[in-house]
Amino acid sequence: METLQFRFEQGSRPLAGMAQLVGVVGSGNLEVLIEPASLGGACEIEVRTAAVGFGATWQAVMTDFHERWGLADARICINDMGATPAVVSLRLDQAAETLTGGTP
Amino acid sequence: MSSYLELTARQRIPAIFDPGSFEELLPPSARVVSPHLAQLDAPVSFDDGVVVGRGLLDGRVVFGAAQEGGFMGGAVGEVHGAKLVGMLRRAIDERAHAVLLLLESGGVRLHEANAGLIAVSEVMRAMLDARAADIPVVALVGGANGCFGGMGISARCANTVIMSEEGRLAMSGPEVIETANGVEEFDSRDRALVWRTTGGKHRYLLGDCQVLVPDDTAAFRAAAVQAIADIRAGSASLTLEGLLDEQAMLARRLLDTAGLADPVDVWRQLGVPDPGAVPMLEADAFMQLAAPYRAGGQR
Repeated sequence: METLQFRFEQGSRPLAGMAQLVGVVGSGNLEVLIEPASLGGACEIEVRTAAVGFGATWQAVMTDFHERWGLADARICINDMGATPAVVSLRLDQAAETLTGGTP
Repeated sequence: MSSYLELTARQRIPAIFDPGSFEELLPPSARVVSPHLAQLDAPVSFDDGVVVGRGLLDGRVVFGAAQEGGFMGGAVGEVHGAKLVGMLRRAIDERAHAVLLLLESGGVRLHEANAGLIAVSEVMRAMLDARAADIPVVALVGGANGCFGGMGISARCANTVIMSEEGRLAMSGPEVIETANGVEEFDSRDRALVWRTTGGKHRYLLGDCQVLVPDDTAAFRAAAVQAIADIRAGSASLTLEGLLDEQAMLARRLLDTAGLADPVDVWRQLGVPDPGAVPMLEADAFMQLAAPYRAGGQR
């Protein structure tokens, strides 16, 4: 397992509502827990992944996600079992939709 | 019609309980994850593969759980089992109208060895405690991973088991039987044989499940509401007389089916007309045809 941390400052979209979980920790899939948190306007993402050595790919996928959504005061935690970047992006969008009620 | 099979555990809860009524206990945000999987450097899940809580079913307070077959085949680890047990005990404390278990599990999570085995035995005990407190316990089995091993036994500790044809219920799974006894005994790649043997129709005819429904969330929900009402009209608890009756049924069943290798032969022996046509029947047509021939008698 490998744990990766990401933090994006100065988001503009706050979350509304209780913590939500989307996805399932199955082969090629992941679960995303999203919840509001006081982070000075930042969005923090913690990834625990079974696929070791893909930090650069995660960085790119997370940067894209932040550019799409710009979440503020959001904590996202991921348990991953080898999902592809496309599946990760899809789940992140799904999670963000549940607590913003909107689209990117 | 909305498939039950296709849904995740978290999607099944609002499809079965009254919309918006379910209040989860130990939700994912509590992050109570398996300490054993972390020690093995394996992926964990924030809910350890099970949703537990309390909601309304047809307006009554019913406790419930849904196992996530997608996470390690729904296998029961220490935390997963403790969540089920805690929910069942709370249902007793709060005098719940009933407990509804949406089961989908391969049984004990072998990574957790004894802790998982103990967890499953505690689940069985808690189910029987709930029944002893006269709280109906109803199990729904309709997920793609079936209900096997310790959870197969647990399902049969419920008052009523409701299945779809696609649902499967047994002790040892097909691969386990083939590994232990050889492909001549059971070919786990013969999918028609697997469903004939472990699927809902065979379980209904053998008396191991009480209701067969189409793979539809509304049908499962309606059957659960009806089952709870039926149980509450009598008593939910085990009785010596009931156990003796069941033991006699099992002994008779074993005698009646001795030497029969395929479920179709068993159905013929039970008197089912045109047993070869059974796998192709829709759930409602099957129930009409099969009810008089169940090994467990008509419900």
